[in-house]
Amino acid sequence: MKTPPPDLRAQLRPGGPGVLHARDRAVRFDALIAGNPLSTALASLDGAHVLLHTANQFAAALALIALDGIAARIVIAPPDLKKDSLKDVIQRAQIDTLVTDGNAIEGLPRVGISTDLQLGAATEAKRASEWVMFTSGTTGAPKMVAHTLEALTGAIKPTNDHVIWGTFYDIRRYGGLQIFLRAVLGGASLILSDAEESIADFLKRLGRGGVTHLTGTPSHWRRALMSPGIGQIAPHYVRLSGEIADQAVLDSLKAKFPDAAIGHAYASTEAGVGFEVTDGLEGFPASFVGDAGAVEMRVEDGSLRIRSPRTASRFVGSADLLKDDSFVDTGDMVELRGARYYFTGRRGGIINVGGFKIHPEEVEAVINRHPAVRLSRVSGRRSPITGAIVVAEVVLDAGEDHDRVQAEILRDCRASLKPFQVPAMVRVVPKLELSAGGKLMRHA
Amino acid sequence: MTVQSMIFEQFAQVAREQEKQLAPLSDHLVLLESGLDSLCFAIVVARLEDTLGVDPFTAAEDVYFPVTLGEFVKFYEDAAA
Repeated sequence: MKTPPPDLRAQLRPGGPGVLHARDRAVRFDALIAGNPLSTALASLDGAHVLLHTANQFAAALALIALDGIAARIVIAPPDLKKDSLKDVIQRAQIDTLVTDGNAIEGLPRVGISTDLQLGAATEAKRASEWVMFTSGTTGAPKMVAHTLEALTGAIKPTNDHVIWGTFYDIRRYGGLQIFLRAVLGGASLILSDAEESIADFLKRLGRGGVTHLTGTPSHWRRALMSPGIGQIAPHYVRLSGEIADQAVLDSLKAKFPDAAIGHAYASTEAGVGFEVTDGLEGFPASFVGDAGAVEMRVEDGSLRIRSPRTASRFVGSADLLKDDSFVDTGDMVELRGARYYFTGRRGGIINVGGFKIHPEEVEAVINRHPAVRLSRVSGRRSPITGAIVVAEVVLDAGEDHDRVQAEILRDCRASLKPFQVPAMVRVVPKLELSAGGKLMRHA
Repeated sequence: MTVQSMIFEQFAQVAREQEKQLAPLSDHLVLLESGLDSLCFAIVVARLEDTLGVDPFTAAEDVYFPVTLGEFVKFYEDAAA
């Protein structure tokens, strides 16, 4: 019989200095080695397909350490998972148990996470659990991608320094989970953000905790740079990912932290961690492409393709397949200028607002419901604050009152879309161009 | 209309649209304590680019991110000058 690879608990360093900090509590990572808060319930979780649905990141962290190596499948619900998509998720991922710090879901056995529970006996790993994460897209049915722990941790290099990680990300998403795993595997500490906390308060807590390595999206960093609290931290390492890092945010960070190493990383839920750029310039050197390292990169039809052992294994509950040994099309469009590639946007007009990906069609569908709207086009407009914002152009029936219809469109959008999906501007235009095939023309 | 009054007007309008409680506007007000979030600022910056014809965040040689409303206004005044 094949021995399963080491689970997360087996990789926690006994006696290590690592501490997991939440806003109102802290726990030493090594205290989680002996057992875990779920130990009494672990027997029932053996081989289970678990939906991990938590109100806070701390509970999610404890549960992940407990469940890895025990559950067959761990589906990590992101903090903004819509209630009305739960049923679909449960069905597609064949969920049989809910692990939560909150309420039960009808028809599913519930295992509670109590963060105050004392730790029980050690549990042997039984299998390599499948880790399932949601892509950051916000279409009606969220896509679930499956990873192995090995693929998730493939980019992590061991270090001897005592690192204190901080992250603006949520560990229930790919970017944040990477940092959580780095902390666990590296015997490091981790300071988690809290949804209820202001950026100034989080920066203060990061400063008090002595954060050495801090990560977030360019939008997170722009927000931090606008906070007076930025003076409270002095990280040695600053990392950006999840969105295109522009030169302005890289330069501002360099000016604010002249002694820090500043890197922007390319990673996505499907493609895994691709590469990191550390020369302080936006884009990436053309020499990265075609280089036969652990991560292979290729540019085809203008988009970046990645093949690496860190890409997701497959999609869950969907006909789409990720083939072995094939390149993953990231959908990120790049342009070669001189010896460097620059990101120019996403294929299909997908808009990235502060790390959240928005499909224009979903917004257009809401706008088109208005009886006075003949045609609409939603696109991204570049923003120095959030990377992009959503804007809409609409063609109205003749004789309609523009101001009134614009106000009604915005009202409808606010009622049925998330705030970052609502167009920041709605412009009335006389016409929108269609292609020869009758499709709306979209510009990259 | 001065640059400052145009900026104040945008703050008030975006706060209304996004249903945010706007703090009393003054030079010393810390932007992140104004009641507006990142998305609101992104909208304000885009609208100011349309009305003033300038986006100092992108145009400035030495980019820095303003912390107070006074700095924000000066940022635009300098860029528009």
